[in-house]
Amino acid sequence: MRDIRIFLLGCIMAGLAFVFLATWLTSGPANAQDAATPPAEVEIDRSATGGATTLEDILRRQQGLASDNDYRAGELGNPDAAAGITDQLGTLGGASDPDLWRGMRFNAADISTQVRGPASTVLIQDRGMWWLQFREGPLLVYGGYLLLGTLAALAVFFLLRGRVRIDGAKTGRRIERFKNVERFGHWLLAGSFIVLGITGLVSLMGRKFLIPVMGHDSYAWIAGASKWVHNNVSWAFMLALVMIFVMWVVHNFPDRTDLKWLAKGGGLFGGGHPPAKKFNAGQKLIFWSTIVLGASISVSGISLLFPFELPLFAKTFAILNTTGLPEMFGFGILPETMTLHEEMQYAQLWHAIVSFVLMAIILAHIYIGSVGMEGAFDAMGSGMVEEQWAKEHHSLWVAEVKEREGKAPSGATPAE
Amino acid sequence: MKAMLVGFVAIAVIAVGADYTLDQMGWSAQEQGASPSSVRLD
Repeated sequence: MRDIRIFLLGCIMAGLAFVFLATWLTSGPANAQDAATPPAEVEIDRSATGGATTLEDILRRQQGLASDNDYRAGELGNPDAAAGITDQLGTLGGASDPDLWRGMRFNAADISTQVRGPASTVLIQDRGMWWLQFREGPLLVYGGYLLLGTLAALAVFFLLRGRVRIDGAKTGRRIERFKNVERFGHWLLAGSFIVLGITGLVSLMGRKFLIPVMGHDSYAWIAGASKWVHNNVSWAFMLALVMIFVMWVVHNFPDRTDLKWLAKGGGLFGGGHPPAKKFNAGQKLIFWSTIVLGASISVSGISLLFPFELPLFAKTFAILNTTGLPEMFGFGILPETMTLHEEMQYAQLWHAIVSFVLMAIILAHIYIGSVGMEGAFDAMGSGMVEEQWAKEHHSLWVAEVKEREGKAPSGATPAE
Repeated sequence: MKAMLVGFVAIAVIAVGADYTLDQMGWSAQEQGASPSSVRLD
């Protein structure tokens, strides 16, 4: 009964996530390509300027339209043909200031720096504007709406349904639901995820919402601390994810009872409590969401933790393109070559999008495990749950426990 | 509740340990980003 709500909320959030991803995939890569390659039908006559930038080029750029940069990307000046030092403009050495800026923008300038690293000589990342605009626009807006919408949906549900009470009379007997190590793993995962969620939101939304409130100086300190915490707490999350997977995967394989549980809507629409083992179908959905999305967040997070060392997306897109799926769904051919900065930008977006989805799911999980259901928190609090609660929500598991203990509980749903 | 508190303490211990370990392994941002020939007075 309790977890059908998580399942239904999960369906809604999965739908929102799909829309979110579709928006990203259709806007992001397309814009990235637009920045480099103009539409075929746009042919600008530059004969009047001798091949240089025309008024039409400038107007198109001002209007945010795709513009052709190929004609000027190679215009970097010619030091070999520099005028004599005493001639007019001779001190420029054959390259004007615009030539120098073009060289920086199109990554063709001879940059030397004391900073090491694979991308240290990239001073202007020409194809990153779509990422910046998406990060400060749709990602922040839709991500925020997803979390606020989830909280609002939970509040409405609580007002309509109220707290799920234990239907039968309490027995006063308690049975162990989770061992110490299981609860330790759960709280290691839960605590780290909450810290990562808050610090991640600070990093993503701080400029928009915190700087106006506290000013740049205070936010700078918070942003720095938030980054340190986010980077280092991530290891606890990854360790806990492995622990949880190892401890509980055996209980989370789908089976026939899940179909029956889902067919009865988890008991939400009446008909009593459908039988369930240690984890019901709703909890299994939470488990696999956490494992799959958490693993995806971890992989993209590691890529971000070690900048430029673990590029993921060009190869992933190349594999996806070979399947034909992106074209089948109208996304066209995904970019298979990208700069190191672009790799980091895709990793950042993916990291944030998947995190938003998992945060929304976990909000529902937190609700039903605390204020939403009487007796649920005990499972992860003390580890000992009221026997009547267990019979109502996990009857097959109770029967298994009692069978192991050598005595059958009165009124338990028989194991199948 | 003890498991929960131990879990929370473990998060802090792992975070500090990870920072220290990565620094020792040469994965600090300074180690990764600075050149040995950079002009530093410290």
